[in-house]
Amino acid sequence: MSKKVNLIINGLPVEVQHGTTILDAAKELGITIPTLCFHKDLCVAGNCRVCVVEVAGQRRLSAACATPCDEGMEILTNSLKVRSSRKHIIELLLSEHNADCTKCYRNGNCELQEISSEYKIMTQDFIELVPFKHYSIDAYSPSIMKDDSKCIRCQRCVRTCSELQGVNALTVAHKGDKMKITTFFEKSMRDVVCTNCGQCVNHCPTGALVEKNYIEDVWDAIANPKKHVVVQTAPAVRVGLGEELGFPPGSRVTGKLVAALKRLGFDSVLDTDFSADLTIVEEGTELLTRLKKALVDKDDTVKLPMATSCSPGWIKYIEHMYPEYLGHLSTCKSPQQMFGALVKTYYAKARNLDPADIVSVSIMPCTAKKFEAWRPEMHDSGYRDVDYVLTTRELAILIKQAGLDFDKLEEARYDRLMGDSTGAGVIFGATGGVMEAALRTAYEIVTGREVPFKNLDIMPVRGMEGIREAVIKIENPVKEWAFLDGVELKCAVAHGLVNAKKVMDAVKSGKADYHFIEFMACPGGCLGGGGQPIPTNPEIRQKRMNAIYAEDKSMKVRKSHENPEIIKLYKDFLKEPLGEKSHQLLHTKYTKRDRF
Amino acid sequence: MESIHQLKRADFIFRNENDWEKILGNALKRKNQDIIKELISSELKGRGGAGFPTGLKWKFASEAEADEKFIICNADEGEPGTFKDREILTKVPYKVLTAMAVCANIIGAKKGFIYLRGEYKFLKEELNKAIDEFHYYCNEINFDFTIKIFMGSGAYVCGEETALFESMEGKRGEPRNKPPFPTIKGYMGKPTVINNVETLAHVFTILKYGAKKFYDLGVQYSRGTKLFSVSGDTPKPGIYELELGMSLQDFVYEFGDGDTKAVQVGGASGFLVPRKNFKDAAIGFKGKLTGISLPTGGSMMLFNSSRSMFNVLDNYLKFFREESCGQCTPCRVGCQQLQMGIKAVKRGEKPSSYLTKLLRLAETMQLAAKCGLGQSVANSFSSIVDNFHEEMIY
Amino acid sequence: MNPIQTLIKELADVHGRRRESILPILQGVVEQEKYLSEDSMVEIAREIDIPASDVYGTATFYSFLEAKKMGKYVIRVCKTITCSMKGKNQVLLTIQEMLKIKLGDTTPDKRFTILETNCLGWCHKAPAMLINDEVYTELTPEKVREILSSYMKKNGQI
Repeated sequence: MSKKVNLIINGLPVEVQHGTTILDAAKELGITIPTLCFHKDLCVAGNCRVCVVEVAGQRRLSAACATPCDEGMEILTNSLKVRSSRKHIIELLLSEHNADCTKCYRNGNCELQEISSEYKIMTQDFIELVPFKHYSIDAYSPSIMKDDSKCIRCQRCVRTCSELQGVNALTVAHKGDKMKITTFFEKSMRDVVCTNCGQCVNHCPTGALVEKNYIEDVWDAIANPKKHVVVQTAPAVRVGLGEELGFPPGSRVTGKLVAALKRLGFDSVLDTDFSADLTIVEEGTELLTRLKKALVDKDDTVKLPMATSCSPGWIKYIEHMYPEYLGHLSTCKSPQQMFGALVKTYYAKARNLDPADIVSVSIMPCTAKKFEAWRPEMHDSGYRDVDYVLTTRELAILIKQAGLDFDKLEEARYDRLMGDSTGAGVIFGATGGVMEAALRTAYEIVTGREVPFKNLDIMPVRGMEGIREAVIKIENPVKEWAFLDGVELKCAVAHGLVNAKKVMDAVKSGKADYHFIEFMACPGGCLGGGGQPIPTNPEIRQKRMNAIYAEDKSMKVRKSHENPEIIKLYKDFLKEPLGEKSHQLLHTKYTKRDRF
Repeated sequence: MESIHQLKRADFIFRNENDWEKILGNALKRKNQDIIKELISSELKGRGGAGFPTGLKWKFASEAEADEKFIICNADEGEPGTFKDREILTKVPYKVLTAMAVCANIIGAKKGFIYLRGEYKFLKEELNKAIDEFHYYCNEINFDFTIKIFMGSGAYVCGEETALFESMEGKRGEPRNKPPFPTIKGYMGKPTVINNVETLAHVFTILKYGAKKFYDLGVQYSRGTKLFSVSGDTPKPGIYELELGMSLQDFVYEFGDGDTKAVQVGGASGFLVPRKNFKDAAIGFKGKLTGISLPTGGSMMLFNSSRSMFNVLDNYLKFFREESCGQCTPCRVGCQQLQMGIKAVKRGEKPSSYLTKLLRLAETMQLAAKCGLGQSVANSFSSIVDNFHEEMIY
Repeated sequence: MNPIQTLIKELADVHGRRRESILPILQGVVEQEKYLSEDSMVEIAREIDIPASDVYGTATFYSFLEAKKMGKYVIRVCKTITCSMKGKNQVLLTIQEMLKIKLGDTTPDKRFTILETNCLGWCHKAPAMLINDEVYTELTPEKVREILSSYMKKNGQI
C-alpha cells in the first residue's frame, strides 16, 4: 500500500503516502497548521475546527487533521477565508472559556493562550458565556482538579481516558449549549472509576484539568524550623524536569535536580531509586517464593501470574476492573511508599529524629502518587508515610519561584542514608524497567550468575510496544532453587491501561500463562506519567526513555541487590526480605472497588 | 414579470397502489445495472434536503466491497415544518419497504433499518405490521431481506446521516468526519445506503411508471415531484405533492392568506424569502433556472405581516442552540453567540453594527462547521437578518 | 434481583448485549420507569459490559431519555416556531394552571411532568403536544382542559 499522492500546498508541490492528512503533508513542507483537538497520542476528532484549510474547488473549508490528501489537491493554509474563519473560531473558544489567564495554573503553558496570542485576539467582541453557566470546580480528588469554565470541549481528555487508558471515567454528556465533559452522573472525580493517572491532565490543552498542587504546603514545611523536610525523587523525574526548565527532551539533569532541591531548602535530598532497589529485592523474593509454593509445595492457592504493584494508577485500575485478581498483585508497596515508611522509622532512628517532626515529600512524574500517599493504609510508620507528593511540573514551579538558574547549578549528589541507588533502580522509570531490574536480581539469586544478556541489558523487555513478552530459561540453578531447573520463566510487560486490559483479559480467559507481569498505568511507563512536563508525546517519550537507559549505563552498580545501602538496610534493620519488619512496613493490601 | 411556472399538483406518492408485490418481483428480476441506470436517468435527488442523486448513491454502494452492507431509511424527520415522512409511513409504507428491498438486492444488503424519530413512536405498531406482511412476502419468494425499526429518542441532529449511524451504534449522535462517506463506511463501518423516506417512495414511482414519467415532471436540474409540508399563516396547511420548479410567487398565491410577508423554505435550516423576492425564487435544486433556486426538504412556512421576524429567528436559533450536537466549536458556540447576539442588539446592549459581526460569524459557521447542521444555520440567519434588518434592531 | 435488574435483563434478552443495544434498552427502561435512575444506568452498563460513563454520556444526549425523575404522564409541549405562533404559550399556561406546577416540574403526586420540546412534526395542526407517546393537536385552552381532565380522571382523581 505504498501508493503516493501529489498535491500542492500554498503553491508548493509535495508527494505523500496515500492516506496522509493535510496536516501532516503541510508539516513535511515546514508549514504548521494550528491545532487544538489534535494530539499525536489520540484518534482524530476534527471537532475544534481551528485547523481548517481551503481546498481549491470546494466552497467549504476542511479540517486539516481529519482530511486525507487526494491526488491533485490544491490547498491554502493561510488564505483570507481561512484566516477569518480561524480567527472567529478562536474568538468563539475564548468567549466560552474563563480567560482569566493571570490566575490560571496553566498560564504560560496553555495551547489556547498560545494560539490566541499568535492570532493576536486583542478584543472580546462576542458575549462572554462563562457568567451564564453555573460552573463549579471539582477539587475533591487528591490528585486532579477539574474546572469546566476553562474547558474548550476538545475531548482530548475523554479520548485519553478511553483510548489510551481504557478507564472511561470521563465522558461527553448532554448536547448543544449544555454539552460538557463530565463523569458518570457528574460525580466528583474522586467518586468514579478514575485511576488518578493524570493522563487527562497531561493531554488537556488548557487549565480545565490540572493536578491538585501542594506547592504552598511544601514551602510552609520548608520554612518551618521545627520540621525536618526530607525529599525523594522518582527515577523518571530526572529525565523530564529539564523540559520544564529550558532543556530539550531527553536531557538528564540528575545532578542539577539534586542541587536545586538542596538550594530550595530541603533538609535531606534522597532518592526513590533506593527504594526501587528495595522493591526489587522484596518483590523478586516474593515472586520466587510464589514459584516455590506453586511448584514444590503444589499449593494451588498461590496466585500466578504475579503482577507488579509499583504503579498506583494500575493499582486503582485493577481494584476497579479486576477486583477478583487482587491476589495476583505483589503485596509490595510502591517505591514511594516503601520510602515513606522507612523515612519515619529507619531513617528517623538512624538520624536520631522524632518522626513526628519529619515531613516527607516526594517528587513524582505522577498524579496517582498523590492519591496513593493519601490512602488510609499508608500509615505504617505510625504517621502518614508520605506527606506531600509533587509532580515534576510542580517541582519546576518551586525552582522557578526560588529564582534558581537551573542551567548554572553545580551538579550535586544525593545525601545518605537512602540516597544510594543502582542502574536497576533508575530503569523503573521506563516501561519494562521493573521487569528488567527484577530479572537481573532474581536470575542471580536463583543461578548465582548474571542474567545471560550482554551488558545486563535485557532487550526483549525494552521498547515502546504496548505489550511485550519474554521467556527466560533457568539453567543450573543453585541448590536452594534446584526445582526451577529448566523452568522457562514467562514474563510480560504492559504499559498504558488499555494494554493492561488486554493482558488481564488474556489472563482471565486462560490464554496467557505468564509467571510475572509488569504493569504501568502510563504509556511509556513513569517517564510518560501524568505528572510529567506538558507536552508529552510519542517522540518525547522515546527521548526520555533513551535518557533513562543512558542513566542506567552510567551507573557503577546496576543490580538492586548490590546497592550497598540496601545491604546495610537489611543488616541493620529489616534483617531479611519478606521478614517481619518488611511485612509491617513494606507490604500492603488492596481494596475491592466497583467497576461501574 | 409573469411567473412562467404554474403550480402543478401531482398525485403519485399517496396514490394507493395495490401491486407492490408485482413491482418488487419484477425489480428483483431485472439487472442491477438497469435499475441503477434508470434511477440515474430519472435524475431523482435525495428528498431529505441535501439533494444527492439517488442512483449514484446506490451505484457507489453496489460497487463497494464488503462482507455486509445496509440500507437505511431515514425517518428522523426533525426539521421544523416538515411532516411528510410520517404521512408516507402511515399511508403507503409498502412503497418505502419495496424500494428498500430493491436497493438491498442491488447493493447486496440483507438487513435494512428504518430510523424512526422518537416523536413518531405511535407509528411503530402499524409500521411493524406492514413490515411483518412485507417479510412474509419476501419469505414466500425466497428473498433474504429483513427490515427493523430503530427508534430515535429526541435528537434533531440524528437526521444527519453519520450521526444517525452513531446513534444506531448506541452512541451519542455526533456526526463523523467525511470522508469516508456512508456508501464506503456507514453503519457499523460497512457500506450503507441511507435514503430519506420520500426518496424511497419516489423510487417506487419510478419502478412502477418508469424514469421518463418522473423525469418529465419538474424542470431542468429539479426533476419529478416533491411533497411539501405547508404550515404557518395559511388557510390550508397540510401536505401537498407538487412538481418541482414552481416559483414562490405561485406558491404563495395558492397557499398564502393574502398577507404573506415571507416564506421560510426548507425549515429552520433553510432560507427565508421576503415578499419582494417571491417571483424570483424557484423551488428546486441547484442549477438555477430563473432567479434564486432553493433546495428544500419540503418545509414551507408562511408568515404574514403580524409576525415579528425577530421572534422567528430567535425561535430558530434557540432550536439550533439546543439541538447542535455540541462537538464542533463553530456550531456549539456559534449558535449561542448568534442567539444571544440578536437579543443583545434588540435590547440595545450591542450596537446594530454588531449584526455585521454576527453575519460574518454565520459565514464562518457555514464554512467551517463539521456537519450540515452547523453549516446551514447561516441560511436562515443571514436571510432573515439581511431582509428584515429593521426588525432586528433596538 | 430487584425489579430494575429484572427489567434490564429482559430488555437485554430482547435487544442483545452489544453496544448497539443500549438505545432500545434505555428506551425500554424509560417506557417503564419514565426516567433513568443512577441505578438503572449502572445496571445497563453491567448488563452490556460497557463503562457506566458511556451509558450516561449517551443517555443525556437524547431529549427523551430523562435522567431526572418524571411523573407518570410526561407532557411535552412543542415550542418550535409554528406551535409558538399558534398559541403554545396559552396551552402551556393552561396546563400550568391546571396542574399548579411550573414548566419542568412534576406534580407532588408524581403523576404529571410538564416539559417543552422541539418540533413534533405537527406544524399543520399547531399547537401540538405529546402526553407520553400520545399526540394531541390543534390545541386550544379548552381542548387542553378537556384532555387533562380525562387524564386526571383516569386515576380516579380530579
